[in-house]
Amino acid sequence: MTQSSRTAIRPGDTSRTDSDGPLLEVKDLQTHFKTSRGMVRAVDGVTFTLERGKALGVVGESGSGKTVLARTIMGLLPRQNVHTAGSVRFGDLDLLGRSAREMRPLWGTEMAMVFQDPMSSLNPLMRIGKQITEPLRFHMGMGKSDALATAERLLRDVRIPEPARRLRQYPHELSGGMRQRVMIAIALACGPNMLFADEPTTALDVTVQAQILDLIDEQRRDRNMAVILVTHDLGVVANYTDEIAVMYAGRLVEKAPTKTLFADMKMPYTKALLRSIPKLDLPSHTRLATIPGRPPDLVNPPQGCRFAPRCAYARDRCTQEEPPLITADDPQHTFACWFPVGSPEHRARDEELAAAGNVALTPKDAS
Amino acid sequence: MAGTGDAHLRGSDADILLRVDDLVVEFPVGRTGLKVHAVSGISFDIARGETLGLVGESGCGKSTTRRAVMQLPEPTSGAVTFEGRELTSLSRSEMREARTHMQMIFQDPISSLNPRRKVRDIVLEPLHIWKKGTKAERETLVDKVLEDVGIDPERAKTSQAHEFSGGQCQRISIARALVLDPALIICDEPVSALDVSVQAQVINLLEDLKERYGLTLVFIAHDLAVVKNISDRVAVMYLGKLCEVGPSDELYRQPLHPYTNLLLASIPVPDPEAEALPHEVVGEPPSPVLPPSGCRFHPRCPNAQDRCSAEEPKLREMGEGHFVACHFPVEGIVSWDETVLARQVTADGRAHDARDEPITVGGNATTPVPDSGG
Repeated sequence: MTQSSRTAIRPGDTSRTDSDGPLLEVKDLQTHFKTSRGMVRAVDGVTFTLERGKALGVVGESGSGKTVLARTIMGLLPRQNVHTAGSVRFGDLDLLGRSAREMRPLWGTEMAMVFQDPMSSLNPLMRIGKQITEPLRFHMGMGKSDALATAERLLRDVRIPEPARRLRQYPHELSGGMRQRVMIAIALACGPNMLFADEPTTALDVTVQAQILDLIDEQRRDRNMAVILVTHDLGVVANYTDEIAVMYAGRLVEKAPTKTLFADMKMPYTKALLRSIPKLDLPSHTRLATIPGRPPDLVNPPQGCRFAPRCAYARDRCTQEEPPLITADDPQHTFACWFPVGSPEHRARDEELAAAGNVALTPKDAS
Repeated sequence: MAGTGDAHLRGSDADILLRVDDLVVEFPVGRTGLKVHAVSGISFDIARGETLGLVGESGCGKSTTRRAVMQLPEPTSGAVTFEGRELTSLSRSEMREARTHMQMIFQDPISSLNPRRKVRDIVLEPLHIWKKGTKAERETLVDKVLEDVGIDPERAKTSQAHEFSGGQCQRISIARALVLDPALIICDEPVSALDVSVQAQVINLLEDLKERYGLTLVFIAHDLAVVKNISDRVAVMYLGKLCEVGPSDELYRQPLHPYTNLLLASIPVPDPEAEALPHEVVGEPPSPVLPPSGCRFHPRCPNAQDRCSAEEPKLREMGEGHFVACHFPVEGIVSWDETVLARQVTADGRAHDARDEPITVGGNATTPVPDSGG
């Protein structure tokens, strides 16, 4: 959608988040859940900032805390048995500790979310039109016909053919890709400054996945909207983000501009994630590199580096002392590892592994 | 796309474990008299010890094919020959017995395990039902199979499915499929619900088990990179038809069908420096109720010409063991961008067809029929 049509949606907008400086500032964020087994440290000290109009990819395995991170920022977690600490600044606003009632004016208008499963996030008993116009009428105070006209334009923006007819349909009448487009249209309806997309394409086919990612990217540019793309697939974030944050066991373990990260990844975990993706340019039956074991129990995270028990490059120091986030050659590139990729210790271990024939080298690695 | 034909079937000299001839599966749409053409004349064969990858988008008939092979339900027409026996002619009890030789693994590992039972009992149950061996023999076998898939039998004895991660549940499903010593395992999207790291573990495990247990695999998935990695041969499906069949490496090196090219170009490449291949395509797959005439891919195909809507292409050999059902096969990646731009400007009737979305008719919520209003 063009800038002019966006202002049409938001007449006389005097957003409190239009100030200079980063759009989102997260400092030492902690989200702990009280369970019968003890405190689950789902997010444990995460710090990052996000500029207006930029796309950040948050990558990690299931249970790394990426979804909880997004939900904490959005204020979507229940208050009972959830302990949060640190700070989340969104423009001039402090978000952490706000009640749902206090967050409601921000949801949709300032920040919106697209979820993984479009079928279960749409109301099956409500026509598409009603579901898109609801936020328009609630937040923007639009009349019925205005809202419907805007909804139709939104559907056209997200490339849904015959938008007028779709407005009268129910979610089950649309394909999965169409439903996800409707979800995006709803999320964009009130012109948010920040969009969370939590595994937005995991439930979709590969051709549709490419279309949806293209669409989110295009809307980000058109609207100068920040996007946080949460996914487990490094392939997805490589082409659609400016920056990538890799999470492991509730911690941010590496963060860098996308190109820097792929050119010079420091964390063995990031490298291992990338290696476990089957590559099209390798012959069939190439043995895939795997990460042994699974992420640690967040009630009792291991001492030292939390990835150490699964890391092929771990040494004694890794299991004793937790590595701090340090800065690489690129000042925007930070990582938490004692023996990063490229260090003498890492290279030595690589040679040992190669000698033992344990590592499936990709052509790029071998060169 | 594509096409019918059986040029790609191998002769009797190969050791064919499963052969599917002209398989057709149709479902009625309520009382409208219309039919969903889920699978329309597919033929393929799998040699013993081979892995066949079956790829295509949702709704292309991959899972329907899998179910028709298992005779769950029986196909509308066509023949399924497994270990030399024609499955469609078997009685119910014979078919039940035959199914022990062909097992399945499903997409969602957690919901395919009974949440109320101990997982070791779940793996034990097939042996119990078929009264294989003594109790002690069954238990020894189950423990061995659990060890082979990397699950601690002691833990399996006392734990339920929810106490395991998704990857572990998939291992348990594999163990359950293995205990009856099947010849064939049909894996229906077995790794698409898993994290990439776990996905790699499960793929490696399947490769190991295939070796150890002498298995033949049918691997159904929408992720082409995964399919390439595990398969010896790959068959690409679109809207109930086969587009292209070939040896894995050859098919990916030189994809001939425009649809295969589109699928390949859509894969996100984990490299920000890589130039994205043009992967725009007109619309989504049309309704299988009134599939397009001729080649079913023609409304979305950048290479389509008049012939494509009139005449259905047959599978023909273009390289060694590499078959394609296309009148105008491509060399290299097609320029999707230009074609799509042209389409959007002209918005002619044909492009419009392609955008028809499945909608539904009275009472049958899940069955799509094409839009008449247009």
